[in-house]
Amino acid sequence: MKSFWVLVRRDLRLAVREGGAIGTALGFFVIVVSLMPLGLGPDLNLLSRIAPGVLWIALLLAALLSLNRIFEADYDDGTLDVLATGRLPLELVAAAKSLAHWLTTGVPLAVCAPLLGILLNLDLSAYPVLMATTLIGTPAVSFLGAIGAALTVKARRGGLLLALVVLPLYVPTLIFGITAIAAIASPAGASPSLLILAAVSLIAVVLGPVASAAALRVQLQ
Amino acid sequence: MQTVTQRLANPTRFMELSARLLPFISATAAALLVYGLYLAFFASPADYQQGETVRIMYIHVPCAWLAMMIYSLIAMSSFGLLVFRHPLADVSAKAAAPLGAAFTFLALLTGSLWGKPMWGTYWVWDARLTSVLILFFLYIGLIALRSSIEDESSAAKLAAVLALVGVTLLPIIKFSVDWWNTLHQPSTGFTSSVDPSMRLPLLIMALGFTLMFFAMHLKAMRNEIMRRRLKSLQAQAVAGRDRLATQGVSE
Repeated sequence: MKSFWVLVRRDLRLAVREGGAIGTALGFFVIVVSLMPLGLGPDLNLLSRIAPGVLWIALLLAALLSLNRIFEADYDDGTLDVLATGRLPLELVAAAKSLAHWLTTGVPLAVCAPLLGILLNLDLSAYPVLMATTLIGTPAVSFLGAIGAALTVKARRGGLLLALVVLPLYVPTLIFGITAIAAIASPAGASPSLLILAAVSLIAVVLGPVASAAALRVQLQ
Repeated sequence: MQTVTQRLANPTRFMELSARLLPFISATAAALLVYGLYLAFFASPADYQQGETVRIMYIHVPCAWLAMMIYSLIAMSSFGLLVFRHPLADVSAKAAAPLGAAFTFLALLTGSLWGKPMWGTYWVWDARLTSVLILFFLYIGLIALRSSIEDESSAAKLAAVLALVGVTLLPIIKFSVDWWNTLHQPSTGFTSSVDPSMRLPLLIMALGFTLMFFAMHLKAMRNEIMRRRLKSLQAQAVAGRDRLATQGVSE
């Protein structure tokens, strides 16, 4: 278990020292969100109505952009081969790298989402739930995304393929992330959708590393 | 004691057996489809509410059913490849993917054409429609992933991993109409709520479509096996020529 945390810390340190990676995803997130009022017109009522969906979709796209970072560099320079022959099971290696991706991309994006909500005139009462959905939902984004990253690590045109493979898997996360925000006004409140979103994330955390490891084993043959 | 799947593991035996089975399956499928289409378009009544457009159902429902069945078949084949390393499993999964994508597309298309007179619009973002669209994207992703990887055996295993991950979405697609109360009517299937005069044609069309799929699937699997044999023969020929050249043998 110790080597698991060592690996997580290593990936965090690499992401911080590289610097650019987190910044690129955040910058992309900000730009996509600020393009929306330009494309749809500055009608504040319209913007506040579509704000949750826009924030979630921009978040998914920004995360998608950073997914290939999870395995690609380590695959290219052979680190992944070393990790695969080490004592830590490949499933846990994949889990550690997905966790590091969540901490370096998912959490910053989730923290920025409410700030960008201001740009879209999001209703004040929606902020706590928006924060909750992004924090609960982004683990699914990282752990499902890792599967796609592992599947396409060797492929030609990897980036486009990654989007095609991963985005359908994100649909449940997206749907329940948004229904939770939409359900604030309903009598049941947001908690049923938040619970389902949590279930989606838990499934992703369990399933993701197993599938990623299976894909990596094929790639490393 | 050998199970059927074990006996079929030998591609040569599969080729013999499929060559013998294929004409029967194709003929039965054709007969069922001809009879089913006759029933659907001439012998069955128009619906008291929907009028003549109800006949779209006889194409739409079998396509929608096949869209999900074929994905399950791909998932089972993928499981067979990853767990039992069955030599024909990948051939089956690879041959089924484009067929599944085609039937899913047809289900979307016919549903859209049916939606215009019924709901007044070609497309709504209703739970069932959206989830079938996602199924279509899953098929496209599978095909794209496979075509982007050159090495055949790793392409097979990676596609299998993706197919098994994607299969977790299948229950959502299956039950979307029951879980979310949206525009699309709940699945009637072949329950008694459908009048017998419409149930029989629907049943025959569904059977005909399923057999038609199996005929096409067998044919595609045979093509795939032959393609692989041809490829290995070519590789052998090249290797043989190289050997002759290095030994300095003139013809």
